[in-house]
Amino acid sequence: MQLTGAEIIVRALQEEGVEYVFGYPGGSVLNIYDALCAQDKIRHVLVRHEQGAAHAADGYSRSSKKVGVCLVTSGPGLTNTVTGIATAHMDSIPMVIISGQVSTPYIGQDAFQECDTVGITRPCVKHNFLVKDVNDLALTFKKAFYLATSGRPGPVLIDIPKDVTQAVAEYSYPKTLTMRSYNPVVKAHLGQIKKAMQLLHAAERPMVYIGGGVILANAAEELTQLVRRLGFPCTQTMMGLGGFPGSDPLSTGMLGMHGTFESNMAMQHCDVLLAVGARFDDRVIGNVEHFVGPPDRKIIHIDIDPSSISKRVHVDVPIVGDVGDVIREMLKLLDASPKPANKKALDAWWTQIEAWRSKHCLKYSTNSKKVKPQYVVETLHRLTKGQAIITTDVGQHQMWTAQYYKFDQPRHWISSGGLGTMGFGLPAAVGARIANPKRDVVCVTGEASIQMCIQELATCKQHHLPIKIVNLNNGYMGMVRQWQELFYGSRYSESYFDTLPDFVKLAEAYGHVGIRVDKSDEVEAALKEALAMKDRLVFLDIHTDPKENVFPMVPGGKGLTEMVLFDAP
Amino acid sequence: MRHILSILIENEAGALSRVAGLFSARGYNIESLTVAATEDATMSRMTIITTGSDDVIEQITKQLNKLVEVVKVVDLTDGSHIERELMLVKVRASGKDREEMKRMADIFRGKIIDVTEKSYTIELTGTSSKLDAFLQTLEPGVLLETVRTGASGIGRGERILRV
Repeated sequence: MQLTGAEIIVRALQEEGVEYVFGYPGGSVLNIYDALCAQDKIRHVLVRHEQGAAHAADGYSRSSKKVGVCLVTSGPGLTNTVTGIATAHMDSIPMVIISGQVSTPYIGQDAFQECDTVGITRPCVKHNFLVKDVNDLALTFKKAFYLATSGRPGPVLIDIPKDVTQAVAEYSYPKTLTMRSYNPVVKAHLGQIKKAMQLLHAAERPMVYIGGGVILANAAEELTQLVRRLGFPCTQTMMGLGGFPGSDPLSTGMLGMHGTFESNMAMQHCDVLLAVGARFDDRVIGNVEHFVGPPDRKIIHIDIDPSSISKRVHVDVPIVGDVGDVIREMLKLLDASPKPANKKALDAWWTQIEAWRSKHCLKYSTNSKKVKPQYVVETLHRLTKGQAIITTDVGQHQMWTAQYYKFDQPRHWISSGGLGTMGFGLPAAVGARIANPKRDVVCVTGEASIQMCIQELATCKQHHLPIKIVNLNNGYMGMVRQWQELFYGSRYSESYFDTLPDFVKLAEAYGHVGIRVDKSDEVEAALKEALAMKDRLVFLDIHTDPKENVFPMVPGGKGLTEMVLFDAP
Repeated sequence: MRHILSILIENEAGALSRVAGLFSARGYNIESLTVAATEDATMSRMTIITTGSDDVIEQITKQLNKLVEVVKVVDLTDGSHIERELMLVKVRASGKDREEMKRMADIFRGKIIDVTEKSYTIELTGTSSKLDAFLQTLEPGVLLETVRTGASGIGRGERILRV
C-alpha cells in the first residue's frame, strides 16, 4: 500500500495504540496535521505553548502507564518543548516527541524555523532520530516506541523533514524488532537475588528505600506485598510516593532534604538497606560523604539501569533487572523460607523508629489566623479520601503536598522530581485528566509556578477539563525565600512579587471559576465547593502565611541526619 | 589511571557526537579518540584513551553501554593488548641536520615519506609513548609540524571484539 509520509506517521501511531497526541501545528508539520484530521482514531489536544504539549504528554504517561506523544513544528516549536523533554528524561518517562523539520534540501542552510533538533535534544532524550528517507519512517516509529518503553524508559524524539512527510512509500508496519545494539537487561541474576534475601533475613535493622522505578515498573503491588511480609520499615523518595501506601504503618514517609526525621534517621542507622528503583540522588541522601552508616551496613540495590548502581554510593549486592520481576522472585524465595530470623532485633529496631517518630516532625503551628499551607493539603487529602490524582509545580507547595498528602496508590502523584520544573503542574494535569476522565485531578501549585504555564487554562477550557487548581499563594517564590531567610540573612533578593494578577479574574477571563480564600476557616468549604463542581475548572487562590517554611530540612551540603526541625513557638 | 576503551558502534550519522557529548556532559576526560568503519560497513570501531579512577572508568563503561547505538564496549586495559598510533612529523632537514634526521628516523623505524631541500616528513607508528620519545629527541627548532591519529588498540592473542 502506497502512503505519504504523513499518512505513514498517523498509521504508525495507530498501530502503537496511541489515543491522544498533544501538540501545536506549524509550517513543517502541516502535512501531518492534514493526515490527522482525516481520521478519528487518534485525538489531538491543542495546547497553547509547546512546553505545555510536552508536559501534558508527560502527565498523561505518568498517570496512565501509556506512552505520551507530542507533536510540534520545527525551530521554536521544538525548542519550546526542550524543558518538557528534559523533565521527562530526568524522571525516565516514556514519551515519543515528533518534531517537524525543514525540508531535506534546506537542512544546514539556516532556513526559516530551522534548528539542529537532534543536536539540541541529544543530551535530554533516551534516543533521537532524524528521518531523511520516507522508507525509514515506519521502522523508526517502531524503534522509537520500543526504546521509549523498554529498559529504563525515557523520551525518544523523531525529527521529520517536511518533504519526507510529503513523499510516498510502500507502507507496512514491522511486527517485530531486533536491535543488535540495544538489549536491556530484564531478567536479573538469581544468585544475586538469593544473596539479597539472605542479607534481608539476617538483618537486625533493615530499611527499604523505594524510588520512581517501582512505579515505572508497575510493581507497587508486589513491592507492598514484599514489605508487608517482611515487616520492614519502608521509605519513599519523592518520585516513589505511592509505590508503597503512605498511610501504612510500615511507611516512614518520604526521605531526603524534606523527608521525615524517622526516614532519614533509619536510612543512616540501618544495617541492611534495600534500595528499589531509586538512585541515591543528592536531594535524597544529602552529602554523600556523610552517608556512611554503621561499618557493617550492607546495601542491596535493584535497578534496571546498571549505570544507576554504584554511581554515588557503593553497593554490596547489585541486582540489575526489572524491579517487578526481581520482587516476584523474592516473594517466591520468601515462600520457601518465610520468616525473618531476627524477630527480636526487628522489634527493637521498630522501638527505635517509633521513638524517632514520636518527634512528630511534620507538626506545624496552628495558632494563627493565616492559612497554613500544610492544613490546606491535609484538608484536600481528607476531602478527596486520598484518591485524587495530584500534580504539582516545584517549590514549597510541592514539598508540602509530598509530605501531607499520603499517597496510597501509584500514579496518583505527578511531579517533576529530577529536573524540578516550575510550570509543570497545570499542563501535566491536562494530560492526567485526559488519561483519567473519571478521576479528580488537582493541581497544587504556587503563585510563582502557575504563571509559568498559565496559558494552558485555555487548553482546559477547549477540552472541557474540570481540573481543580489549588494555588498556595504566599506572594513569594516560597522556596527561594526560605533559603534566603535561612542561609542569606533574610535578604530577599528578587523573590517577592510586587505585582500579582487577580487570579480569580484571570480564571474567569479564561471562562473558569475562581474563588479567593483568605481565612483558615474558609479553606474546607472552598475545597468542598470546588470539588463539587464536577464540570468546571475551579481556580482556588488561597492566600497562605507568607513566612511558613518547609521542615524538616537538610540544608544543602549537609548530611542526611543533620536536619533542621520545626521549632514550635 | 590511563585506560584504553574499544567500542563497536552503529555507523550512523551522529553516533560520534553522542559519544563525545557523553564525555563532555559528564565531565570525563578524552585523551584521544579514533574512529573508522570496520570490515562491516554498518559498524564503526572507536578507540578512546581516557583517565580516571576505577569507579569513574566503570561509570564511563556503563554510560557508553547505555547509548542506544553502542553495540559493545571493552576496556582493553583489563587484559594484554597492543596499541599503535600513527604520527606524521615534519622536521627541518638541512645542513648537518639532514643526515642526523635520517638516522633518527631509522632508529625509530620511521619512514621518510616526503622530502624537500630543507625538510623531511617522517611517518612513525608505535605506542603513544614511543612517539613522545621521538619528539623529545629532536633538537629545539628542528620540529616544524606534527599530526597524530590517537591510539588504536586491539586485544592480544585469541581476544576478539566483534558482534
